[in-house]
Amino acid sequence: MDWLTMSRWSPYVAGIGIGVLSWITFVLSDKPIGCSTAFTRTSGMLERLLRGRGVLDKEYYKQFVPEIEWEWMLVVGVVIGAFVSSRLSGDFGLRWVPETWAASFGSSPLLRWVVALAGGVLMGFGARWAGGCTSGHGISGTLQLAASSWVAAIGFFVGGIAMAMFIFRVVGG
Amino acid sequence: MLKSLHANKRAQLVIGLLVGIPFGFLLQKGGGTSYDVIIGQLLLTDFTVLKVMLSAVITGTLGVHLLRSLGVVQLHPKPGSVGASAIGSLIFGLGFGSLGYCPGTSAGAVGQGSLDALFGGVIGMLIGAGVFAHVYPRLRAGILPRGDFGDVTLPQLLKVHPWLVVIPVVGMLVGLLWWIESAGIGS
Repeated sequence: MDWLTMSRWSPYVAGIGIGVLSWITFVLSDKPIGCSTAFTRTSGMLERLLRGRGVLDKEYYKQFVPEIEWEWMLVVGVVIGAFVSSRLSGDFGLRWVPETWAASFGSSPLLRWVVALAGGVLMGFGARWAGGCTSGHGISGTLQLAASSWVAAIGFFVGGIAMAMFIFRVVGG
Repeated sequence: MLKSLHANKRAQLVIGLLVGIPFGFLLQKGGGTSYDVIIGQLLLTDFTVLKVMLSAVITGTLGVHLLRSLGVVQLHPKPGSVGASAIGSLIFGLGFGSLGYCPGTSAGAVGQGSLDALFGGVIGMLIGAGVFAHVYPRLRAGILPRGDFGDVTLPQLLKVHPWLVVIPVVGMLVGLLWWIESAGIGS
């Protein structure tokens, strides 16, 4: 069972496995894999705790009801699966600053946190604007040959490459 | 039988969890939950993310279209427009490049102990999604429907049989991966 404790598998093995999971969700759940609406629903649930039931009347939350459903559980599963994988390989560890970041910008958790938080806000906003993320559009939508998803998948990487190049080649260069 | 399974909410919660666990496991083993790997892809120095994604898309495209041709599954393409898909994805990308994780891989990175993914990525996405819900009525009346093209698929757009698009797309993606490997790009 050495393969369970390996740090890395071939990206092709991981990718084919994810492709097979997409078959399974279409058959068993009649749904494509996605992740970003789970964050929308959670955000609505938290806002409801703070501001009461009136939050449910927001137009967007009528479409994406703030409740625990299939995709929400899927995202919980992702956390568990990655935890198990990293524990088995001994790679689990509480870390604030990734290596690549530290090499250019130092090991201050504060700077890394500020940039990560700004990125998270923008990405959460953009995912809902585009109607999906790298899973829902980037994998599940492109494999259905959906026009919206091919446009979005290209945009994700164009924007991502531009920002990463700006941060590491312009600011950090 | 599948219809009643689809309608069984409690069973679907369990299935969601049971699919999520191997999804997270595979993302982590494939390197997709690592900031260094994702940023390497966006800086075009490490093509691991593209290899994982394209092999998932190739496998998924073939399998899902085969299951559809057999009448087992239905497609659920998302609607799109220039205002929503093109602009939204660029906004997403700017966030993606700053954070270094996407929504799914943020969740996976949290599982492996990456605190920047939890306190930056997850908290940030919750805020971003909340802000979007707040401004949605105005966006829906303005930019989102601009250049609407609906939930069309590429075969519908080209008015051809789905397999006439599936085969060339799969061929093109396999060719792209073969080229990346043989040219030794990013390794």
